[in-house]
Amino acid sequence: MASANRIPVDKTYKIYIDGKFPRTESGRYLSLLDKKEKLIANVCRSSRKDFRNAVLAARKAQAGWAKASAYLRGQILYRIAEMLEGRAEQFVAELTMQGNTRRRAEKEVATAIDRLIYYAGWADKYQQVFSSVNPVSSSHFNFSVLEPTGVVSIIAPDDSGLIGLVSNVAPAIVGGNTVVVLASEAMPLCAISFAEVLHASDVPAGVVNVLTGLRSELTEQFASHMDVNAVAYTDSDQTTACRVQTLAAENIKHVVAREAIDWSSDSSANPYLIRDTQEVKTTWHPIGS
Amino acid sequence: MATPQNKLAFDGGWDYDPAPESTDHIKLQKRYELFIGGEFVAPGKGRYFDSINPANEKKLARVADADEADVDRAVQAARKAYKGVWSRLPAKERGKYIFRIARIMQERAREFAAIESLDGGKPIRESRDVDVPLAAAHFFYYAGWADKLEYAFPGRRARPLGVAGQVIPWNFPLLMAAWKIAPALACGNTVVLKPAETTPLTALKLAEVIADAGLPPGVVNIVTGAGKTGAALVTHPDIDKVAFTGSTNVGRIIQRALAGTGKRYTLELGGKAANVIFEDAAIDQAVEGIVNGIFFNQGHVCCAGSRLLVQESVADEVIEKLKSRMETLIVGDPMDKNTDIGAINSAMQLEKIESYLKIGADEGGEMHQSSARLPSKGYWCAPTIFTNVAQSNRVVQEEIFGPVLAIQTFRTFDEALTKANNTPYGLSGGVWTDKGAKIFKMTQGLRAGVIWANTFNKFDPTSPFGGYKESGVGREGGLHGLDAYVRLGAE
Repeated sequence: MASANRIPVDKTYKIYIDGKFPRTESGRYLSLLDKKEKLIANVCRSSRKDFRNAVLAARKAQAGWAKASAYLRGQILYRIAEMLEGRAEQFVAELTMQGNTRRRAEKEVATAIDRLIYYAGWADKYQQVFSSVNPVSSSHFNFSVLEPTGVVSIIAPDDSGLIGLVSNVAPAIVGGNTVVVLASEAMPLCAISFAEVLHASDVPAGVVNVLTGLRSELTEQFASHMDVNAVAYTDSDQTTACRVQTLAAENIKHVVAREAIDWSSDSSANPYLIRDTQEVKTTWHPIGS
Repeated sequence: MATPQNKLAFDGGWDYDPAPESTDHIKLQKRYELFIGGEFVAPGKGRYFDSINPANEKKLARVADADEADVDRAVQAARKAYKGVWSRLPAKERGKYIFRIARIMQERAREFAAIESLDGGKPIRESRDVDVPLAAAHFFYYAGWADKLEYAFPGRRARPLGVAGQVIPWNFPLLMAAWKIAPALACGNTVVLKPAETTPLTALKLAEVIADAGLPPGVVNIVTGAGKTGAALVTHPDIDKVAFTGSTNVGRIIQRALAGTGKRYTLELGGKAANVIFEDAAIDQAVEGIVNGIFFNQGHVCCAGSRLLVQESVADEVIEKLKSRMETLIVGDPMDKNTDIGAINSAMQLEKIESYLKIGADEGGEMHQSSARLPSKGYWCAPTIFTNVAQSNRVVQEEIFGPVLAIQTFRTFDEALTKANNTPYGLSGGVWTDKGAKIFKMTQGLRAGVIWANTFNKFDPTSPFGGYKESGVGREGGLHGLDAYVRLGAE
């Protein structure tokens, strides 16, 4: 690509809603600069309206995605990992552009791939670990299973470009939820490239929607929207926690607080993160006496 | 088909003789203090309120009104007990204390049942057969978990949270106390519990049981009072966890109040459950299910089947049979063993229910009430159904918390499911059909936490309970009920 007399073709970083890559409806942008104040890329400064569109898409996709078999969801997550592996070099390059050392970037991409495999494997197992048959005293067959809570909005960690986002999106979607995720503000590029990976991995349109933009502007929307069932935030400042929790109360949203977690560590991944965005449904059925 | 052939003429001189539960065996004091640090202590300001019998409006006892300072004392006692004793006790010993509570409650079951019905207005048949035995069973169930928590959370280590502040409603006073206290103690927490102001007596009797069981002072504290007392407890800076059962509006206020505090919370809030009757259901059984769904405990049930969705082809038959069955329901003295529907819990609740009857009629609904004779003293509401209501009507969308059923019809499965899910709530639901596949399709489609298929309003300590959407956060009961009272960490 980089021959002396060839002009490289730069990528336009757009957002990802309902399986499409539109620009923000607002027409606004944010300039991402490198350490020498040189322009890396202009990214979309998404608006409230973009978020609402994304929630619509996520809601529309949710029932179908939840109905997909656990086996299929697992294979699709595995497929995401395969696609990411094939494009690892691009993600390393983007992370490096955004200020990571190459060594660190390589490790982050490798961890992200492995994390997807980890959750892919959980797809048809977490239900077995967390569900129960309950020995009630009356003559009923009574069992409790997990079901996805629905649409989950996620404010991805700001301090990593890829691993934080993947670590929060994967457990939500493997459990049959659909998500709208706000990319790291400091390092937004990989989120959009990751959307391209999703797009090539048989993830149905609307299951994952990715926005870039300002946390100060969008956090409130992520927490307050009445058709969102759970909100996950990852910033550890008190102001965000307070704001998210206050607004979430309007429709008794589940609030998933994931503060100060080192997402590069393997111990940050476990099935309890899947359970965070699940409901328990208990069914009673007479069995005769 | 429309009229049952062999309807009994219940209005034809076949009156039941009174069969009242006696009260000479119960011990009720004239005045109840706060239970703090293992002792019954007077409230700092010396204020008391009356707890009355809603069936005759007579005063049962004076009960302490706890203010902020009293709540603070209770929280301090709970903290001290947590640090000094309870968190250091071997888990199996913790469990043995909880087993003791269950056993003493069983010994005193009859007394508890009588007081529950006197204080809250629910039929003695229900407090005797449902509330009290289930409450004891709840303690027995969670007692056994105390030393087995490592099996409940694979790959994690469960640690207690600390002090739990718990606020409970008036519809199942003792049972809700058990739902709250038993798992909290089993997981190693200590507790400050606030019962509802209209029904504090059985919680205070439970305090006696806890004292008799020899629990270390301060492990369970009970502070009585109204909303202000509850607010003082929920916002107290030294509690680690809030557990609330009550209305969605108050739940919202609590969730907001806890924002940024880092306190854990579980909320069991309102509901507007649909009971869906398909044409292939066993109709007579379904009618019993409808009656149990909405008239159990005067409809003061968050998971009540307060909406009936009945397939059009059998709607006339079901409604006719339901009306006929409603005529046989005996409304009256809660202490009478033949009573089906007792007193409305309070004047305030009766006023709310009556305002909804007016709203329902004003919105164009057709109201039908049973012809039951209501006693002149006390708070009463005859079993009521509304037909001809639309999905947007307030009696279809909002929780009434009384013996009031809104009836809609449907033609197709999809219509039933869409209507059933079309409220902000998601606590429970019911489905009646003889087809297994249809049951599973409906129970999977309903967005609610507890689903009854060909049955309704069944409860068990081993069975998790709690809602989707605006019906709350978290589960109580069963294995899943432990989550609310532990912090999970690496092994």
